[in-house]
Amino acid sequence: MANRVAVIGIGQTHHRSKREDVSIAGLVREAAQRALDDAGCTWADIDAVVVGKAPDMFEGIMMPEHYLAAALGAVGKPMFRVHTAGSVGGSTALVAAHLVAAGLHQRVLTVAFEKQSDSDAMWALSVPQPFSAPLLAGAGGYFAPIIRAYMRRSGAPNDVGMRVAVKDRLQALKNPYAHLHLPDISMKMVEESVLLWDPLHYLESCPSSDGAAAMVLGSEQAATVAESATGRRPAWVHGMAMRSEPTMFAGRDQVNPQAGRDCAKDVYAQAGITNPRAELDCAEVYVPFSWYEPMWLENLGFAAQGEGWKLTESGATALDGGDIPWNCSGGVLSSNPIGASGMLRFLEAALQVRGMAGEHQVEGARKALGHAYGGGAQFFAMWIVGSERPN
Amino acid sequence: MSDQTYVTSDPRGSITQLATPSRLEYFFTAGTSLSKNLRGYQRGQFIGQRCPVCSKVYVPSRGSCPVDGVALTEEVELKNTGTVTTFCVVNVPFAGQSIKIPYIAGQILLDGANLSFMGLIQECELEEVRMGMRVEAVWVDKEDLVPSLASVKYFRPTGEPDAAYETYQEYL
Repeated sequence: MANRVAVIGIGQTHHRSKREDVSIAGLVREAAQRALDDAGCTWADIDAVVVGKAPDMFEGIMMPEHYLAAALGAVGKPMFRVHTAGSVGGSTALVAAHLVAAGLHQRVLTVAFEKQSDSDAMWALSVPQPFSAPLLAGAGGYFAPIIRAYMRRSGAPNDVGMRVAVKDRLQALKNPYAHLHLPDISMKMVEESVLLWDPLHYLESCPSSDGAAAMVLGSEQAATVAESATGRRPAWVHGMAMRSEPTMFAGRDQVNPQAGRDCAKDVYAQAGITNPRAELDCAEVYVPFSWYEPMWLENLGFAAQGEGWKLTESGATALDGGDIPWNCSGGVLSSNPIGASGMLRFLEAALQVRGMAGEHQVEGARKALGHAYGGGAQFFAMWIVGSERPN
Repeated sequence: MSDQTYVTSDPRGSITQLATPSRLEYFFTAGTSLSKNLRGYQRGQFIGQRCPVCSKVYVPSRGSCPVDGVALTEEVELKNTGTVTTFCVVNVPFAGQSIKIPYIAGQILLDGANLSFMGLIQECELEEVRMGMRVEAVWVDKEDLVPSLASVKYFRPTGEPDAAYETYQEYL
């Protein structure tokens, strides 16, 4: 039987298009220091460090975790690097949680980041290869045809994506850390923005951000110490799961990937959840392009196949008045430091059940889902956190 | 730390960012199966492989079936025609882009294949392209054929009636 795992410290940077005042080391240090402060502990209290970011080609620094060891207080301590493309922030948190669950460590610091102003992700994701045509235009170019397939399959009205784009940006106004603050956002504004990857508009896509996220994960004993020192209660991990599948195989359902469904099934079983819409209070789900909200509503079992868009359309996923608010923080559509984006979902879920989400708090939230996906929608990482200690 | 101001004697201020272009040259070893596919492009042919277990045809093939985990040995020559299963119109510029925007990137399911791949669609107005549209490959001139997908200039509509959704919905 694994040991219980608690989220005892949380930190993030203010996500911006350019953080010219800090290097990558300064960026991750900022988030990590905030997580330590929240946990009421010092660098010396950390037993191991787990780092994640998107592919090294983005910033052009190979194995940056080596260079970051000093900034993250990892010298002389075990350090791990996790690689699962866009889902990496989630997988990184899970690897850190496994170390605590296994009873190896009392406190593990986990950090994820991206400094997109130092990189060219569009270029790095679009490198020509001899067996494919040089057509791929970043992540949007990859996902737009899949989104079109979803629209055809579900018969969803064309404006569902725009509703998500507006909803998440309005929610971001309540999150001081969010990159995009667009108080004038409207359906008209989204519709009039450039069709970058028809059917996807510019404002239906995530921004490019500099930012970092960090958490201190602790054992039951570490959680008790932290709570008595700070007066802040931890979030408890009730379930954690990862799944992956190949990018290409005959008959692969790219719209509703099997690996995502399997991952959700596993994490719900661990947390004793049979009806996620009814039993969860909110969810932070990786939605980098607006239409992924209805698509993941189906993949994650919040709605039947082909019905996800109806939840979005009815307002069920809105912080204001919805029964199952998604991405109260503004989500990936409002802040996208790629490597950190998955960890931000996990961390925001934990903030909610700790009652520490500030203006975007879901009142009385007790159970929340954190989700990340990456690659060609082939890597999935999920956790469920709760305010109560699990059985 | 983050709000510390660094003092500099240079009136232009301190350097905060420096662009350092880098390049990486590498050899790509295609392996046996992909080599057959790439050699096919040099002859103006689409060469795929069939799985002995599930009978699905992969083009390009990486030599094994991702579902059954077995080696693919049977070579299959595919037709020059196929169906657009889905697509997007790319209208975003980026570094290193080689095609003029806007352009249509279509998922092409060649007739007889069980996996689609991304292909450029031309000789087609942007508003004309649709799911299920029938297309054919247009190859470069014979003397310009190379062992890469660059031998296919683009795909263009054949004018045939659209394929029924049921015939390609499994390949979206």
